[in-house]
Amino acid sequence: MPSPDTLSSTANNAVISASNLTKKYKDFAAVDGISFDIAPGESFGFLGPNGAGKSTTMRMIGAVSTRTSGDLSVVGLDPNQFGPEIRSQLGVVPQEDNLDSELKVRDNLIVYGRYFGLPHSYLGPKADELLEFAQLGEKAKSRVDDLSGGMKRRLTIARALINNPRILMLDEPTTGLDPQARHILWDRLFRLKEQGTTLVLTTHYMDEAEQLCDRLVVIDKGTIMAEGSPSSLIKKYSTREVLELRFGSDRNADVAQQVEPLGERIEVLPDRILVYSDNGEVVLQKVTDLGLNPLTSLVRRSSLEDVFLRLTGRSLIE
Amino acid sequence: MTITREAAPLVQVKRPLLLPSLYAGNARSVMERGILATAKTNWLIVVSGFFEPVFYLLAMGIGLGSYIGAIQLPGGQTIPYAAYIAPALLAVAAMNGAVFDSTWNVFFKMNFGKIYDGMLATSLGPFDVALGEILLALARGFVYACGFMIVMQALGLNLAWTAILALPAVLLIAFAFASFGMGITSYMKTFQQMDWINFIMLPMFLLSATFYPITVYPAGLQWVIQAMPLWHGVELVRGFTTGLLDSATPWHILYFVVMILVGMTLTTRRLKALFLN
Repeated sequence: MPSPDTLSSTANNAVISASNLTKKYKDFAAVDGISFDIAPGESFGFLGPNGAGKSTTMRMIGAVSTRTSGDLSVVGLDPNQFGPEIRSQLGVVPQEDNLDSELKVRDNLIVYGRYFGLPHSYLGPKADELLEFAQLGEKAKSRVDDLSGGMKRRLTIARALINNPRILMLDEPTTGLDPQARHILWDRLFRLKEQGTTLVLTTHYMDEAEQLCDRLVVIDKGTIMAEGSPSSLIKKYSTREVLELRFGSDRNADVAQQVEPLGERIEVLPDRILVYSDNGEVVLQKVTDLGLNPLTSLVRRSSLEDVFLRLTGRSLIE
Repeated sequence: MTITREAAPLVQVKRPLLLPSLYAGNARSVMERGILATAKTNWLIVVSGFFEPVFYLLAMGIGLGSYIGAIQLPGGQTIPYAAYIAPALLAVAAMNGAVFDSTWNVFFKMNFGKIYDGMLATSLGPFDVALGEILLALARGFVYACGFMIVMQALGLNLAWTAILALPAVLLIAFAFASFGMGITSYMKTFQQMDWINFIMLPMFLLSATFYPITVYPAGLQWVIQAMPLWHGVELVRGFTTGLLDSATPWHILYFVVMILVGMTLTTRRLKALFLN
C-alpha cells in the first residue's frame, strides 16, 4: 500500500478522477474520452441508455478492465497498476447477480469477506449485521436460488459492504425489480448515502437518478453530454413543466405545426407530442382554444428523461 | 437499522514481490470456498473418485492378474502383475482427481456460476484464483492417492521403502495436470468442447504403459506415448513403488516441473484476459 501522502495527492481530494478516459475494442470506442471527478461522500450517477458505455466505465473504475488511453485514478491509485489494492477499497454490485449459488446466504457474505483476507472473527458479526441491514436476517441459512430477485439484489449489496468499502459501485441496481422491491432498495441505498458512503451508480431510470444522485453525467455513445445535479440539469435543458398530448398516431405529426408556437419547444414522438413550457395548464388551455381536441393530455414536471431527449433527440428506454 | 463503519480502511493488501496486480497472496480463501461448496453439495462425486481406481485394481490387477501372474519388465526384472499396474493406477487416480476439479468444475464456475467474476471484483488477483483452484484440485488428488496407497500397502503391492516417495510424486503429477487443465478449460465454451478432454484422457489412460510395457509398440508410437504426461507419471510412480529406479527419474520430474510452469503461466494469462480485460 502506498503511504497516505500519495493517497491525498490527487487533485481536489477526489476519490475517483478520470481525464480523457477511453476504452476501445478494436475500432469501436465504448468509452470515448470522458472526464469527471467524484468527491468523497458524493453520490454520483452515470445516466444513459443501454450500450452508452456506463458499464465499461464502471469496470475500468473497478480495476477489472484496463483503459486504452487517458488517465484514471481511484482512491489515489492507478487501476492498471494497483488492481488488488483498489478493489480492496471498493464494494461492487454488478448488473447481473453473481452470487455463489453453491453456498448458503450467510456463507456468501463470509466467503466473500475471506476473499479480502478478512478474519472470521470480524466476518461473523459483520455478516449478521449486514443481513439485518439487507432485511435478510431470517434467510441466513437459505439457498441463494430460493431468494426473490429483490432479495438477491439486497444480498449482493450486503456482500459488497462486507469489506467496509470507501466506494460502493452499483451497476443498474434496480433493473428487473418490481416497484416495491425498488423502493426497499432505494431506501437502503439512501441510508448508506446518509452514513457517508460514496455511491457510484449507473442507471437508465430517471426516477432512480433523481432519487439517489447528488450529481450525474448524461452519457451517450461513450461521451458525456452534460453534467450537474438532477435539478440543475432539468433547469438548464428543460422547462419547469411538460404537456403531453396524444392525438392518435396518424394525427400527431399534422397537429405538431399548430402546437409548436404555444410552448417554448416541442418534441414529436411517435405516440405523443411533448410541449415544454413553465405552465402546462395554460398551454393546454390554448390547445383547447385552437379547437384541437387531444385524445389524452397530461401536465407533469420536467424530468431527466426530458433532459436526455433534448440532448440526444432520443428516449432513454427504446 | 444502520451499519457500523470503521474509519480506517479495513483491508490491507500486502503487495507481493511476485506478480503484483495479479496476485494478492490469498489463494487460501479460494480453497476455503471450494471446500465449503464441495462439503455441502457434491461430496458423493469426491467419494466416487476414490473407488474408480480401486475397482480397476481389483478387476485387472487381482482378477486378470491371476491369469497373467508375473510380468517381465524391459530391464529384465520380474514383478507380480498387480504390483505392475497398481502404481500406474495411482498416477491415473491423481490425474483424474486433478483433471476433474480443474476442468469440469472450473468450466461450470466460469460459464454458469459466474464465481470468478465475483472473486475478481475483490482484492483477489487472477493468480490467487488460479492457484487456489489448482491447490484444491491437488488436495483432492492427494486424498485419492493416500487412500489408494493404503489399499496397495494392504495388498502387499508396495515392493520397496521408496514407495513412500510416490506420495510427493503424485502431488507433482496432480499439480501439473490441474494447472494445465484449468488453462485449457478457459478456452472451452460448450459442453461438446469439454468432451474433447475425455477424448484425450481415455486413450492416454489405456495406452501409457498402464497395463503393459510400451515396448510392445513400434518405435514411432513409443515416442508419441513418451511425449504424453501420463507416461512420465506412470514411470515415476512405478519406479518408487517397485524400488526399480533408473536414470530417467529426474527427467520425469523435470517434465512435470516444466508442465507446471507452463500451465500456471497459461492459466493466469487466460484469467487475466477473460476477467480483467
